[in-house]
Amino acid sequence: MRRVILALSVLFAGYTALVYALGDGAPPAAVAATPQVSQGAALWRDLNCQGCHQLYGLGGYMGPDLTNTARFRGPAYMKAFIKNGSSRMPNFHLSDTAIDQLTAFLTWVDATGLSLPPAKSVHWSGTYQISER
Amino acid sequence: MNRYLKIFSAFTLGMLLLALLLGCVAAWAFLYPAAFNGWLPFQQLRPMHVSAALFWIIGGGVAGILHFKQQVQGRPKKPGFEKAFVILWISTIALIFGCYACRRFGGREYWEFPPLLGLPLLAAWVLLLLSFAAGWKKGARPAPLYVWMWTTGLVFFLFTFLEQNLYQIPWFRASYLRELTVQWKSNGSMVGAWNQMIYGTSLFLMVRLSGNETLARNKKAFFFYFLGLTNLMFNWGHHLYNVPGAPWVRHVSYAISMTEWVLFISILQGFKAKMKEQQTYRHLMAYRFLLAAEGWVFLNLTLALFMSIPAVNRYTHGTHITVAHAMGTTIGINSMILLGVFSEMLQAERLRATAKRWLYAGFLLTQGSLLVFWLALIVAGVLKGYRQVALGMQNFGEVMQPVHTVLHVFALGGLLLLAGFTMMAVPLLQALRLRKGERPAAVIIRMGAKQEKAPEEIL
Repeated sequence: MRRVILALSVLFAGYTALVYALGDGAPPAAVAATPQVSQGAALWRDLNCQGCHQLYGLGGYMGPDLTNTARFRGPAYMKAFIKNGSSRMPNFHLSDTAIDQLTAFLTWVDATGLSLPPAKSVHWSGTYQISER
Repeated sequence: MNRYLKIFSAFTLGMLLLALLLGCVAAWAFLYPAAFNGWLPFQQLRPMHVSAALFWIIGGGVAGILHFKQQVQGRPKKPGFEKAFVILWISTIALIFGCYACRRFGGREYWEFPPLLGLPLLAAWVLLLLSFAAGWKKGARPAPLYVWMWTTGLVFFLFTFLEQNLYQIPWFRASYLRELTVQWKSNGSMVGAWNQMIYGTSLFLMVRLSGNETLARNKKAFFFYFLGLTNLMFNWGHHLYNVPGAPWVRHVSYAISMTEWVLFISILQGFKAKMKEQQTYRHLMAYRFLLAAEGWVFLNLTLALFMSIPAVNRYTHGTHITVAHAMGTTIGINSMILLGVFSEMLQAERLRATAKRWLYAGFLLTQGSLLVFWLALIVAGVLKGYRQVALGMQNFGEVMQPVHTVLHVFALGGLLLLAGFTMMAVPLLQALRLRKGERPAAVIIRMGAKQEKAPEEIL
């Protein structure tokens, strides 16, 4: 009993270290966070944006997944939406600086990859081989 | 049951009712945001609902351990630690809801309160763990499986709670994919941790109801414990299948999740024995809850097995099928077991006939409405996945149009669930309000035959 638990614990510790160090799959250097991105990330948390929106499909379902909004809609569209709200989203009355920070954060997230893996990336075994970012 | 445990149990049952009430309001705020955005927007309701639900499940798991561990370890060696845990836990949760009322958030999934409030929760948990560890020496050797499960749950909750706060260290935040991976590693494993606490108490109850201690000592039970532990440790990657991180995270999780087929087959094989067992114990309220939980395990495991296949997950991820799985497991499995635990702790068999009738009617109403609620979420998820992935629709409003229609059924199901759970929780809360000096006789049940004894004879 104790030996099995010990063996599993050692495996878990090793796997945890591996996940921390290499689990992100070494994203391209271009995705490094700037201070503006960090401020946008903090704002994202403070406003609890994840309560209604998703990034990579994780979060609330009130609004759309915003992972690739920067890619498909562009910054002007994002800024207009954040500034005015919509029939479903309250207007948070954010300053232009705050809107720029949130846009920078979402653009940074977008550069990490696609939220929906393309159909061609599905392997015959049922798993994915994601190569596109 | 001591005074602190009574207060803690009442508070935890209160969290259940609060979670359901806020969940119902949130469902209508989701459907009609314009009516709520001016005073209580969904973005504020969701963290309140999620936190109340989490504190019900985690608190319920702890209440069961605190109550039943005394029969294994004897009276607490460090009762002061348990009292301090209860005080810290309740007061911090009150502060958390105060923050939500003032719209102060931490913005993390599951733990949406300002992160500083995690510190008193952490301190409370350490006290709880120290108190539990102090009793280890007193227990029988070798320890029965439920003690291992309680220990596993308590230790892993501490680890995952610390892990989900690693984002406070800038290195973890420097890469979004790393931060996301670690966040879901901890959240995924944390679910496994509270399941260990709750399933451990469920096993304890089955041993107690049947009087058959081998249930917690046989090889098959230990095999399934190790299967659960392996899944707790390595099967969290299904949250991240679509994240373009390291591919081995996906592959390891996919491989580990497929081991759950063993559990699925075992449930099917044990169906006949279960039918015989339920004929013996079905008159017991606690057993009814445990049996209902097993039915929900079967339904949710079936769903989970399909969701664990990345190619299927591509359609289900980010849809209401994920919500169906989350609600099905937290309401159908965890809450049913916990209500069974509370029924046994509070001796539901000794409630007045009217209270017992309400409890049973609430139980039936809950099962029926949960099925409607769960199926509505699955249909909503299928619609969203089909329109978004198969049809490639980009416009969110267009994707959601038919989904909203189905979600009205879900919201109505939620109202019935609230009614059902209230009918069950109120008699249990009443059972907690015993008059001063009144001590209920304990009920010892062996193989379905009841034998009543005064508590002093048992302790």
